[in-house]
Amino acid sequence: MTNSFSGKAWKYGDHIDTDVIIPARYLVSSDEAVLGKYCMEDIDKDFVRKMSRGDMIVAGENFGCGSSREHAPLAIKGAGCSCVIAASFARIFYRNAINVGLPIFECPEAAASIETGDEVAVDPVAGTIENRTKGVTFRVAPFAPFLRDLISAGGLIPYARRRIEERRKGA
Amino acid sequence: MGRTLVSAIIAAHSSQKAAEGEICQVKVDFAFANDITGAPAAASFREMGADRVFDPERCALLPDHFTPNKDIASAEQTKNGREFAREQGMLYWEVGRVGIEHAFLPEKGYILPGDIVLGADSHTCTGGALGALSTGVGSTDLAAVWALGETWLKVPPTIRVDFRGKRPGWVTGKDMILSLIGRISVQGARYMALEFGGEGIENLPMDDRFTIANMAVEAGAKTGVFVPDEKTLEYAQSRAAREFIPRYPDSDAAYARRETFDLDRMGPVAAMPSSPDNVKPVRECGSPEIDQVFIGACTNGRLRDIETAAKLMEGKKVAPNVRCIVIPASYEVYNAAMDKGYLRTFTEAGAVVCTPTCGPCLGGHMGILAAGERCVSTSNRNFVGRMGSPKSELILASPLTAAASAVTGRLTDPRDVMSEDFFKNLEGK
Repeated sequence: MTNSFSGKAWKYGDHIDTDVIIPARYLVSSDEAVLGKYCMEDIDKDFVRKMSRGDMIVAGENFGCGSSREHAPLAIKGAGCSCVIAASFARIFYRNAINVGLPIFECPEAAASIETGDEVAVDPVAGTIENRTKGVTFRVAPFAPFLRDLISAGGLIPYARRRIEERRKGA
Repeated sequence: MGRTLVSAIIAAHSSQKAAEGEICQVKVDFAFANDITGAPAAASFREMGADRVFDPERCALLPDHFTPNKDIASAEQTKNGREFAREQGMLYWEVGRVGIEHAFLPEKGYILPGDIVLGADSHTCTGGALGALSTGVGSTDLAAVWALGETWLKVPPTIRVDFRGKRPGWVTGKDMILSLIGRISVQGARYMALEFGGEGIENLPMDDRFTIANMAVEAGAKTGVFVPDEKTLEYAQSRAAREFIPRYPDSDAAYARRETFDLDRMGPVAAMPSSPDNVKPVRECGSPEIDQVFIGACTNGRLRDIETAAKLMEGKKVAPNVRCIVIPASYEVYNAAMDKGYLRTFTEAGAVVCTPTCGPCLGGHMGILAAGERCVSTSNRNFVGRMGSPKSELILASPLTAAASAVTGRLTDPRDVMSEDFFKNLEGK
């Protein structure tokens, strides 16, 4: 996660569940491009048509609650979102996002400040979220050291691949 | 200060201290996925360069969500999972022999007290009823567990929930867990564990405990664990597929906080649209008219659930404007309900009885709602669009409340259609 992101914000409320991020009727595919076409359909029918590549979802508390479907972060990636900023994330979504390489930022202050249409820039290395429309910058708390290793390995798949290779050598 | 049950289980599976907040590498006792999450897990497994699952007797795939396959796409997806399971020689049960994963796996003794269990399904927390640290993850996390036999878990703070007093027959596990979620909210236990205890659960049947543990995730919890007692051990010992070591919290365990409920003052409650924490006493919900009732799901598709609903519906008819759909959660439940005559009770009342599947719970099949329709459901989530149209409405309630509502055609407190004697007979189980 070395690139910075900038785009327009799309703001949602608290407790956005994975059923509205990607409804179960679409869970017959796990291809992110396919899932991306239906992202947020049950809460904002026109989301995919309105947004542009690089835009961000900004939400309140407990984003991604409910079903463990990894299809939810995949749909958000597939739609072309650069990242999600929320006051807090549900735990399974949090793990899934890291595992599939969807950048997420937990920052209650930024989530409260940003409104739909605001231009936002995120610098993951510096740990900052800048609301360019309002001219304010927020600091993001860093990930725990283990998660930083996981993220810098490129996500869980490369991390697990390395562990599997280590075991083969050890055996 | 001593350990909570979850911390004790993590410590027993890790070389680390398992202090609260610590990220620990843990050995996993059992890991499973379903027909939706299994195929992407298999793809991630291959992408990781893994050849074999860590132990084919501890890795499972269960086709339960869109099965019997509802369309061509789900048939292809199930086929992918099935082929992976066969190639790996791991546990797999075919339609007609499987059940909803969270009902079937405990029945067959694959989830046991003291275990760490990971499932690619959020309701994996159901296994907490057995005193296991059982928790949901996504497909890629699960694939890594299949490959390595281990995962990372952060030791969560625990909220201790005690139930006191004598439980009246109209109070079910569903009313108990909905009361808790109504009090602490859908994120009241986010990044935390729930630990259930208290003298009020001594007589609580295992099936009601599964219902309570099942909905821990609806409060945001990593898991909801019951401290093992005689009932737990009797259930587990009679079914265990392997050895197990029950774990217990220390008497001076450090809890983040405590919540206490008096069962003698509890009544039937419902979660109104469209959040599991929008909980009110059924009698204060305004008796809305309904179009459908669903009795089933990993929440409430077990024998005790089917039994209480059937006993209430015996000799009665489903209201003319209502479709009542009953789905036992496994074949063990289905066959027992058949032997006891419950399935006949439902069909004579004018209800539909379907083969075990998750079915309409997640808007899959067998009872999808149209715009403007309202359903009383014994499932665990009433999010917008969960059972079909985003313009439909879902009310979550117990099997007793669901059955009473099926009969009257409105959301109904079971005490308004049955006598006190009826509930007295339900208490002693």
